[in-house]
Amino acid sequence: MTSEVARHLLFQSHMPTKTTCPSSQVSDDEQKQKRENIRSLTMSGHVGFESLPDQLVNRSIQQGFCFNILCVGETGIGKSTLIDTLFNTNFEDHESSHFYPHVRLKAQTYELHESNVRLKLTIVNTVGFGDQINKEESYQPVVDYIDAQFEAYLQEELKIKRSLFNYHDSRIHVCLYFISPTGHSLKTLDLLTMKTLDSKVNIIPVIAKADTISKAELQKFKIKLMSELVSNGVQIYQFPTDDETIAKINASMNGHLPFAVVGSMDELKVGNKMVKARQYPWGVVQVENENHCDFVKLREMLICTNMEDLREQTHTRHYELYRRCKLEEMGFTDVGPENKPLSLQETYEAKRHEFYGERQRKEEEMKQMFVQRVKEKEAILKEAERELQAKFEHLKRVHQEERMKLEEKRRLLEEEIIAFSKKKATSEIYQNQCYMASGSNLKKDKDRKKDPGYRFELLCFDVRACEINGGRKDAEEAPILCKTKVPDHRRSSQAKVIKMLKDQ
Amino acid sequence: MDPLRQSPSPCSSRPSSPKTPPCEMLGYVGIEAVLDQLKIKAMKMGFEFNIMVVGQSGLGKSTMLNTLFKSKVWKCTPPGLAMPTPQTLQLNSVTHVIEEKGVKLKLTVTDTPGFGDQINNDKCWNPILGYINEQYERYLQEEILITRQRHIPDTRVHCCVYFVPPTGHCLRPLDIEFLQRLCRTVNVVPVIARADSLTLEEREAFRRRIQHNLRTHCIEVYPQKCFDEDINDRILNSKIRDRIPFAVVGADQQHLVNGRCVLGRKTKWGIVEGPRVGKPTTRKQTDLEIKSLLAARRTQGKAGGQGQRSGSCLAVENMAHCEFPLLRDLLIRSHLQDLKDITHNVHYENYRVCRLNESHVLPHGPCWVNLAPTPPGPSVAPGPSKVCRQTREDSDDNEDDY
Repeated sequence: MTSEVARHLLFQSHMPTKTTCPSSQVSDDEQKQKRENIRSLTMSGHVGFESLPDQLVNRSIQQGFCFNILCVGETGIGKSTLIDTLFNTNFEDHESSHFYPHVRLKAQTYELHESNVRLKLTIVNTVGFGDQINKEESYQPVVDYIDAQFEAYLQEELKIKRSLFNYHDSRIHVCLYFISPTGHSLKTLDLLTMKTLDSKVNIIPVIAKADTISKAELQKFKIKLMSELVSNGVQIYQFPTDDETIAKINASMNGHLPFAVVGSMDELKVGNKMVKARQYPWGVVQVENENHCDFVKLREMLICTNMEDLREQTHTRHYELYRRCKLEEMGFTDVGPENKPLSLQETYEAKRHEFYGERQRKEEEMKQMFVQRVKEKEAILKEAERELQAKFEHLKRVHQEERMKLEEKRRLLEEEIIAFSKKKATSEIYQNQCYMASGSNLKKDKDRKKDPGYRFELLCFDVRACEINGGRKDAEEAPILCKTKVPDHRRSSQAKVIKMLKDQ
Repeated sequence: MDPLRQSPSPCSSRPSSPKTPPCEMLGYVGIEAVLDQLKIKAMKMGFEFNIMVVGQSGLGKSTMLNTLFKSKVWKCTPPGLAMPTPQTLQLNSVTHVIEEKGVKLKLTVTDTPGFGDQINNDKCWNPILGYINEQYERYLQEEILITRQRHIPDTRVHCCVYFVPPTGHCLRPLDIEFLQRLCRTVNVVPVIARADSLTLEEREAFRRRIQHNLRTHCIEVYPQKCFDEDINDRILNSKIRDRIPFAVVGADQQHLVNGRCVLGRKTKWGIVEGPRVGKPTTRKQTDLEIKSLLAARRTQGKAGGQGQRSGSCLAVENMAHCEFPLLRDLLIRSHLQDLKDITHNVHYENYRVCRLNESHVLPHGPCWVNLAPTPPGPSVAPGPSKVCRQTREDSDDNEDDY
């Protein structure tokens, strides 16, 4: 059995005629109500939901507030001093150098308490702005920083398991742009930076170090600045004028933009109280004196009256714009090809499939490439291996041949040795015969000595030694005299022979 | 109050943020003016509150709504009128804009005639769950648009008041089933309906038994224990938890009692006094006041009639007679914002996690999420993983219904 969800709108026929429509109800509100068939209801007694705003406020108090200010201006123009003066605190900071190669942003977070309000204040300063010789890249880091904060929030919002109520909101709520008090007009860098930033953040331009301009010059300067901003299409933050309680004051303050401010934390005694002031030889500039500068107006507008509105504008206008652009960039649309509303989910799914498909394909590709490379490498290596093998074979053969040659030589040598030893043997025999034939020898020896006659060259080889020397081709034929035991008679004849040789 | 979903801890939820050295300010700056700014903005934008009443017919739901908002929010059926009980469960919604002292409240009331009236009440909670999830779905769709509205209209049910019939025994199976399912999706406040049929002792005993039942079946009704932030909340909420379910009586007819014109129920043995009519009292309620008020009323209630029924007047607004003021204070005066916060931060987020995780189901229409009751186990804190698992298991069951 199916159940239906029916949404009926009942009109009360017994409503008391005196409907107390509050006079402050705007007419289009009524129209809207009529359109939505919502009727006002009177109550016959005190219900008690007037405490709702208080409940809301209590919750916010428990949660704590968050406010992020970005100060953009040249080095030394008084950003840190102004922030110190605005919040009546000495935030730790030291003077920054003028010699940074690039513009950096430095963010510091502080926690301030006032009665029961906890404020988490983040001050972001540009370091090195306007110091470089080439200022083309000056404003880009600022834009990048602002976008990065939006991105972080968007990422958190798009998560599946998110915790937005716990999230430390770091999006920039207001940008104080410090204009240097030349008295002439906006610098090109200022104009360019403001033009880039106006769609991303609420800009409040302030004239810094306003105690260097006289009143008349200031008026002219302000008019000039505003006209320049308007003519260049820069949208600075306008204080909201839709709520009656603050419309009047906001409207008048809008006319005072840009605020000419002086910042100082030094206290001086003026009259009978201590005020924050700057002392010059020609006079004293009081920071909180409305005749001297617009500091009080700035503090009033920034903190006391419009802090919540600044936060709301950041969230509902700037952040939404960023989100829309980013999502459209990623390819999400609200309306599909046939003009049917397309859900983010579907688009996301489609994209995810696409992405996975793409990834799969890439993986395949890379695998193929890998396999191919491996094959090539293998082929190369095999080739090298083969070459090496061939070389090895070749060398082996060569070696073999040489070995054979050497063997050959050795064989020859051995044959020669054998031949010689035979010769030696025969000569010995012959010598013995000669010896036996002759009786006395000495004379004969002597004669023999004188007698040129023949000469025996007795070369005795120690074959063993030759072999040990490895059968070298050019093995030195070291004639070694074998010292064999020779009988005396022979010995003497041997000695005679040798002597004979020597003498000759 | 910011409930911590991941790790409900007793300490206050300071958001995780970079190192923040506390700074001493040397003078007054004016930061607290931001509170006024908030108030102005809130009053300009107006508030929204969506309440749903569930219970069998004849328990006095419509009367209770009328009494709560002191106006004819709903046309209630007087007894005896031949109005057939609806054959099927219907959900009727009415939207009103009420204003009090410059505070505009857009109130949407959803009634559920036909709940529990059939012979076979199996799965009668499905349409209700479906309706609640449909509202979540609507909000989710709005939220994930590329160009979204400045202020997304909030139709999600912030509070569901469940009327328990005054049997005096304990929770019935239908009640248990329904409460188990619903307490994970929406803030449920159970009340004992038609409490004028119970004496004070019977009421107390019934209450204790119901509390015991809730504990046994691990049903976490509002205010949930796991979302107590700091010690103050815990003290206040535990006082409330002690009195849940409230024993309420609804009345929309005026009677003259002791020279005062009150809303009450006149019976043969006395008049059950209701809220005063006439010029509204101006009271500025703050948390501390409410706390003391609650404390005072509790003692008053206890000191009031012991034993038999109070003879002369049973006042709807009189704490000695019924606990209607407690309910009214809880819903409207002190915890309305908290109800909305928990709906937005916890229940809606749970739903969103489930929806975004089941990516294989493309949104062609509202997706009924049927949550089967979990067996009484250890921790039954709203766990998205549990819900998801059961969703997948029961999605087959859903097919049978349609």
